[in-house]
Amino acid sequence: MIELRDVSFRYGESEIPTLSHVELSISEGELCVVVGQTGSGKSTLLKAINGLVPYFTGGHLAGEVIVAGRSTRDHPPRELADVVGLVGQNPAASFVTDVVEDELAYAMENLGIEPAAMRRRVEDTLDLLGLHELRARSLLSLSGGQQQRVAIGAVLTASPRVLVLDEPTSALDPAAAEEVLAALARLVHDLGLTVVVAEHRLERVLPFADRLIIVPGDGAPLQVGDPGELMEHSPVAPPIVELGRLAGWEPLPLSVRDARRIAAPLRERLATIEPTRPGEGAALRPGSVVAATHRLSVSYGELRAIWDIDLRFCRGEVLALMGRNGSGKSTLLGQLVGLRPPTAGTVDVAGHDPVGLGARKLIKLVGLVPQDAGLLLYSATVGAECSTADHDAGLEPGTTAATLDRVLPGVPVGRHPRDLSEGQRLALALAVVLAPAPPLVLLDEPTRGLDYPSKDRLVAVLGDLRDAGHSVVLATHDVELVARVADRAIVLADGEVVADGPARQVVCHSPVFAPQVAKILAPEPWLTVAEVRGALEGVGP
Amino acid sequence: MAVTAIKTTNPLLLAMIAAVVIFVVAARRTAAPWSRSLTFFLRLGLIVIAIRIVVEIVFNQRLPGHVLFVLPHLTLPHWAAGVYIGGPVALEAILEAFLDGLRLAVILVCFGAANSLASPYRLLRCLPAVLYEAGVAVTVALAFAPEIVITIASVREARRLRGRATRGLAGLRGMAIPVLEGALDRSLQLASSMDSRGYGRRDGTNRSTRRRATSATVIGLLAVVVGVYGVLAVGSLFGLGLPILAAGIALCALGLSVGGKRTTRTRYRPDPWRWPEWVVAASGLCALAGLAAAEALGSTSVQFSFYPLAVPGLPVLACVGILVALVPAIAAPAPPATVGPKALGEPATLEPSAVAKAVTFGAAGSRPTVVEGGR
Repeated sequence: MIELRDVSFRYGESEIPTLSHVELSISEGELCVVVGQTGSGKSTLLKAINGLVPYFTGGHLAGEVIVAGRSTRDHPPRELADVVGLVGQNPAASFVTDVVEDELAYAMENLGIEPAAMRRRVEDTLDLLGLHELRARSLLSLSGGQQQRVAIGAVLTASPRVLVLDEPTSALDPAAAEEVLAALARLVHDLGLTVVVAEHRLERVLPFADRLIIVPGDGAPLQVGDPGELMEHSPVAPPIVELGRLAGWEPLPLSVRDARRIAAPLRERLATIEPTRPGEGAALRPGSVVAATHRLSVSYGELRAIWDIDLRFCRGEVLALMGRNGSGKSTLLGQLVGLRPPTAGTVDVAGHDPVGLGARKLIKLVGLVPQDAGLLLYSATVGAECSTADHDAGLEPGTTAATLDRVLPGVPVGRHPRDLSEGQRLALALAVVLAPAPPLVLLDEPTRGLDYPSKDRLVAVLGDLRDAGHSVVLATHDVELVARVADRAIVLADGEVVADGPARQVVCHSPVFAPQVAKILAPEPWLTVAEVRGALEGVGP
Repeated sequence: MAVTAIKTTNPLLLAMIAAVVIFVVAARRTAAPWSRSLTFFLRLGLIVIAIRIVVEIVFNQRLPGHVLFVLPHLTLPHWAAGVYIGGPVALEAILEAFLDGLRLAVILVCFGAANSLASPYRLLRCLPAVLYEAGVAVTVALAFAPEIVITIASVREARRLRGRATRGLAGLRGMAIPVLEGALDRSLQLASSMDSRGYGRRDGTNRSTRRRATSATVIGLLAVVVGVYGVLAVGSLFGLGLPILAAGIALCALGLSVGGKRTTRTRYRPDPWRWPEWVVAASGLCALAGLAAAEALGSTSVQFSFYPLAVPGLPVLACVGILVALVPAIAAPAPPATVGPKALGEPATLEPSAVAKAVTFGAAGSRPTVVEGGR
């Protein structure tokens, strides 16, 4: 179905090829998962399938890409629209119309399909993806998961034979991600569609994969193969695989169901041990309160974003804010830095109201790394960014650079922030925010687009921050991150606090937010592989 | 309405046009992000008036009139003869400048209104595929303006987080680049998404027909632009404005029909064009017609000047015409608000109004014409 013959690609002025001599053949009805670090060429590979690379991106492509017998050499993306459907990373950015139904019909209009047939296919697609209740809704009013399903539907109506998705779940909460993946699995099984998915959060997609394609980056050859086999030696692996390796399970389980079946002996061995994480007990000791909200409510017109929230943020604590898309997490963080005045109630950050605070004073009290960390960065080079940050905050020259070195050593000083990898960019933004040493540090969805090594680094940094007495608040969908680092967890739903307590209790009691290890080892509240490893080493084999 | 504004210099009529436009927008706008662009254009209009007056005061032309005050004046070297800086400032000159600024401002407000009522996406769908290359450019441009409004909000938030000025000149300078970058990125994404979903596909049409169709359309469009200029700027082009306009329209039609035959494009549930749509379009033209009629009947107050100083009169016919343009506020189909209080995606923008962006079926198709009729 998809054939890549000796494909090499480099962007215009770049010396290093993004892809070099790629040979790949994907047959009909396969679900392939593409894995690799950010900047390794995953997206380039995906876009090459429908010809956006090089028609839209520029650059030089050697070799040949053939999809359903058509070469991208002779067919620009628009001529392949009836064969390949491409769903980009940000579905909201790809919408051409403003209503669900129109969006579904758009590709068919371009293909010149009869109005009667169009009507029928729109109905079919609405049913297939469970969108019929949303048909007349405005696209912008949909939640992230719904938007993603509409984006998939919008390319499906053209009845392509190949579906290409670039990180379809990275912005979604766990429930919405399941929803999208289930829809994909159904398409593969029922319609025999060929699906290629790029994804960072392996734990989410691995159970669905027929084949795994690892893109190592820097033009090194791809590794293609059966997920189970590749996972045995892969340096990056989801918790379920790591647990399997630790327990020596053969064959390696890839889904929670498989793992639970073999995990009975392990559960028995662990039954007598109380799970703890180093430093966990200490952190639960309530330190001094850094910030608090009192009966805080925020409304946008008719919509109640957050409602009547009383919270306290303490020193030496990592707090995870969870909840589905649109439950008010980002709004709450915005309130803590005073982005807009609350509708009712008060916010108190170190004795000040953040709304009235001058920007310069504010950053000494509270720092926020927004979802798109790049928004914080303006300068042309990393070095310049650090020195302007020193200047802005009135710090000793070199403070930010030193902070950056602590967060992530070896970020190239002369590089433009846009050219950094996702992990490096996050580190730089974090350094800029941390340099004035604000007691309260907020991170909005920090692991979006991060590969496993960068995530490990982030976990270490957050741990250090807690030990240094900062109060850290994470708004995140990443349950594995929460399991590894959070002391306290809060679940928001429709702007209200529905759960607040020690992270271990909160996540283990929720089927949606439980990490993989907890699902496998339930009812015992184990959260991470590291905990299990520690426990097993403690009791001996 | 914008055309009406260009054709008159009567401040009362201008103020009335602005009021009518704002009222229609207030009555029929949705809560979509771009709806707020009217406020932006209003502010821009005020700035234009202010700049125009300041320029008049500083570089005054020393026209006779009631002198208000005298600024110390600079003596410029002889090569700048004819340019005066400072000196006596006449009331007439200031009022004239104000009028000039007001005209520009009202035109800006009209465009702002067009922007805030019409969804750019919807207009785009009507674009014929003959103009493919141009179409992509227009896509990028159309998505650009409303995106900027959204991007500015998030960049402003980010600047606050960095502890930098968000207002004033320094704030403006620092924000320009990230804002432009963000909006451009978004627009490019939209264009690439359209392309990969088959926008501008053609079956095996031969190249030369296609090229001929495209060039006919482009030349036609250019002729239309020149023609419109000829009609509006009285006295230029030796009265050829109207014929050129007609020829342009004919060429466009030809190009579109030749090209349109070759493109394989169908419409899904096209917007109905029924009487409310006609009423809306007609009411826009009414304003222009009223003005033209008033002028034809010899009403002098349509072209008004503050030399000599006088209170502007109010031509009744033109007034009626402009008031007719209020009709769309009632006649245009209301945007049905079927959007429930559903959670928004929680993007960095945090735009509340994005949530309530109403569904527009018949409505959006007609509302652009409120302004297009007057453009």
